[in-house]
Amino acid sequence: MQPHDLQADQFVGYPPEAKKLAVANVKAFQQLPLSFLPGLLREVIEYDYKFPAEQAAIDKELTNLSSLSPLQITEWFHGFAQLSLSSKLEHLDWVNRPAQYIEQESAYLWTTHQLDAFSVAATAYGDRLRTAVPVDKLPVARLGIAVIGQGVASYDSPLFRDLRAHGTYFSQIKAENGLELLIDAVEDRAKAHPIPYGHWYVDGGQAARQSPALTNVSYAASQPVRDNLLKYMQTEIARPGMGPEELRTDLARLLPADLGMTKDGDAVLDRFQVRLFTEGSGTQIFSTTFAQWTTREALRRAQPLTLLVRFAPRQRQKPMNELLSNTSPNPELDPIGSLVDADMGAYYHWINQQRLLGAEKSSFLVWFEGHSQALVVAPSLPRGAQSDSAMDLKGLLSLATS
Amino acid sequence: MGQSSHSGTFEAQSKEMRDLNPREIAWRLARTRREFLRDAAGMAAGTAFMGASPFVHAATAKKKRKVIVITFGGGARDQETFAPEGQINIPHMLGDLIPQSSFFTQVTNHGILGHYVATASLATGVYETLNNFSAVPPDHPTVFEYFRKDLGRPVSDAWVVAPSNGFNRIGESGCRSYGPGFGARVILPKHLLSAAASGSKVDYSHLLHDNYETPLYAPQIGGGEFELQQLDQILKLSVNDFMEHAKTLSSPDELSVFIAKRLMRQESPSLLWLTLHDIDVAHSGAFSLYVDAIRRTDRLCAELWKAVQEEPEYMGNTTLLILPDFGRDADQDSGGNGFQHHRTGDPASRTTWMMALGAGVRPGVVYDSPVQSIDLVPSIGAMMGFSAAQSQGRLIRELL
Repeated sequence: MQPHDLQADQFVGYPPEAKKLAVANVKAFQQLPLSFLPGLLREVIEYDYKFPAEQAAIDKELTNLSSLSPLQITEWFHGFAQLSLSSKLEHLDWVNRPAQYIEQESAYLWTTHQLDAFSVAATAYGDRLRTAVPVDKLPVARLGIAVIGQGVASYDSPLFRDLRAHGTYFSQIKAENGLELLIDAVEDRAKAHPIPYGHWYVDGGQAARQSPALTNVSYAASQPVRDNLLKYMQTEIARPGMGPEELRTDLARLLPADLGMTKDGDAVLDRFQVRLFTEGSGTQIFSTTFAQWTTREALRRAQPLTLLVRFAPRQRQKPMNELLSNTSPNPELDPIGSLVDADMGAYYHWINQQRLLGAEKSSFLVWFEGHSQALVVAPSLPRGAQSDSAMDLKGLLSLATS
Repeated sequence: MGQSSHSGTFEAQSKEMRDLNPREIAWRLARTRREFLRDAAGMAAGTAFMGASPFVHAATAKKKRKVIVITFGGGARDQETFAPEGQINIPHMLGDLIPQSSFFTQVTNHGILGHYVATASLATGVYETLNNFSAVPPDHPTVFEYFRKDLGRPVSDAWVVAPSNGFNRIGESGCRSYGPGFGARVILPKHLLSAAASGSKVDYSHLLHDNYETPLYAPQIGGGEFELQQLDQILKLSVNDFMEHAKTLSSPDELSVFIAKRLMRQESPSLLWLTLHDIDVAHSGAFSLYVDAIRRTDRLCAELWKAVQEEPEYMGNTTLLILPDFGRDADQDSGGNGFQHHRTGDPASRTTWMMALGAGVRPGVVYDSPVQSIDLVPSIGAMMGFSAAQSQGRLIRELL
């Protein structure tokens, strides 16, 4: 089926809000090329479980698409229309299973050497969309905080190497109550600017505090979900005919209830967490990967005003098959390796924050937990500089956000 | 403390890179590698040497010529290797190997960026489109088939040492015009270890990862695999000795290099292909493990080159070619997650390098001219005297 054959009643299987949205925009959908539309429907079908920032982005995109004339549609989607797809793809149920369709389309584009052309078309579309849709003003400049190196007594190699050129390195930070001060500050921001999913605390281990003002995600709290997922994966792999692509497809279909999450939880956050483990690579095994990927996905999807991530020691590397069978209840930890992981994770945190609206005003702080080293990237502070001024984390944060 | 505006180098760099087309970005990556090498190893520009072939022992080399190819399944990015901040991770390449080598700064892979399919493409000189996660043969003839059929070489003269079950079919294509019987023997050291260790009380599991892209899944072995009992017949290695040595190793690639060196000693193949894979631990997202693997790979490449110098059958007549199968995603590409994967198809994930050293190679020269990964097979053919008839790659003239 081609998009121009699409009818409103074909969205009957969509969740309520997604169905309303799809039906209202079916005329716009009919004009779009098949190489593009399922990617959009993949977002629409999840609309009921999206973060507010994502819903707003979808709303704006659909409003824009509906406003385009046929000539503009041709201009905007020229690159996508040039792609050649197989008849097998056309016969897939891309309306009800857009994610599975995208997997197939992606594989097809790779094998037919059209991926670069797709990337060019997608980048061009994204650039056009960014200039076409209205931009909201942020109530407060964004703030990212990364706390790294938990459990490391001493470390002689330089830290924050990738970030130093972008900010100011502080060598005399008073570590006392540092984590508490940082969480307090994040809570204060959440109370001053109460936005749903606007302020996050991600912990790669046990959360230091569970704050109702924040969106809380921790590796320790996700243990039952991870255990259930690993059991599910082991069972699936043992099935005849199972391969990596089939497994990936199966994982993509999993819902919170499949992994033992109760229905009285936060449906949006629960789905988000399931995706962290079913789509993230290594998140099930290494807490540092979990913390980094959660931060990336939270920034990409929820676009919070504040995100504090605290990395914890991950387990020492064991072979994947042993790790996945999850046999050892008390795995040996690797604090130094985890610090190196987290140092890079903090750099990626800043990069992902800089991709969001208001990047020129945003601030970022990374602190070596329990130690005197920190670094801040902020509009008010010089780049590539060092400060030996003594101050606590509250003072440093104040400097970062001033 | 002074104030400064915050226009942001990262944002500026990202925008600058976005404004370039992939070819321009690949060129920029290559030029950057050249500058890194000039600073680190004092290497010369290749164009100055063109037209003055130093191939002084061509005739003798052709008679006894041996070629060893080392590929990395899982590329390493410049910032963790050749860039100033990464050079600490590759002391052996920088200090020992690169000064002796011709270095190609711009090797691009336009095919599918999965390790088995990309390695198969390297081995056939055609961008293969087979299922990356299945143990299936390449569609086009492999370098081993060209070599053995054209030159009438015995099966003992072409070997592959490969990291995982999926690579078991890489020695021989499904192409009928070449057909069964002309391929290379393939050793999967981990598979051997697994067979040897069955029933053992010693834990060898740290050496038995199949791959990192799909850690839970290992394709079924198919084809004529190297059997455990052949350890003794071919490698002159008892199962007990093999097991004892395995206990001393920390990674699968160390096991592969051990087997490769054993093959060199016992079989002295003229064409030996070794695929390393430890670096691909990057898929787990743990940066420290990825960097550890780069350092190990650097050491193992130097170890194999040392073995070439020490083995009478190889010393002086061997060309060693080292290249990653492709790169990894750039930090700037929002579609990826930096070092972790190679999924975006961006220039950083497609553009890599190649090092050639030994017989017939101009040492200490850097070439910026674009080369494709499929150019490897016809170039090996020209070195060894066979024709890679169905390859779609072009001859790398700087290697001749």
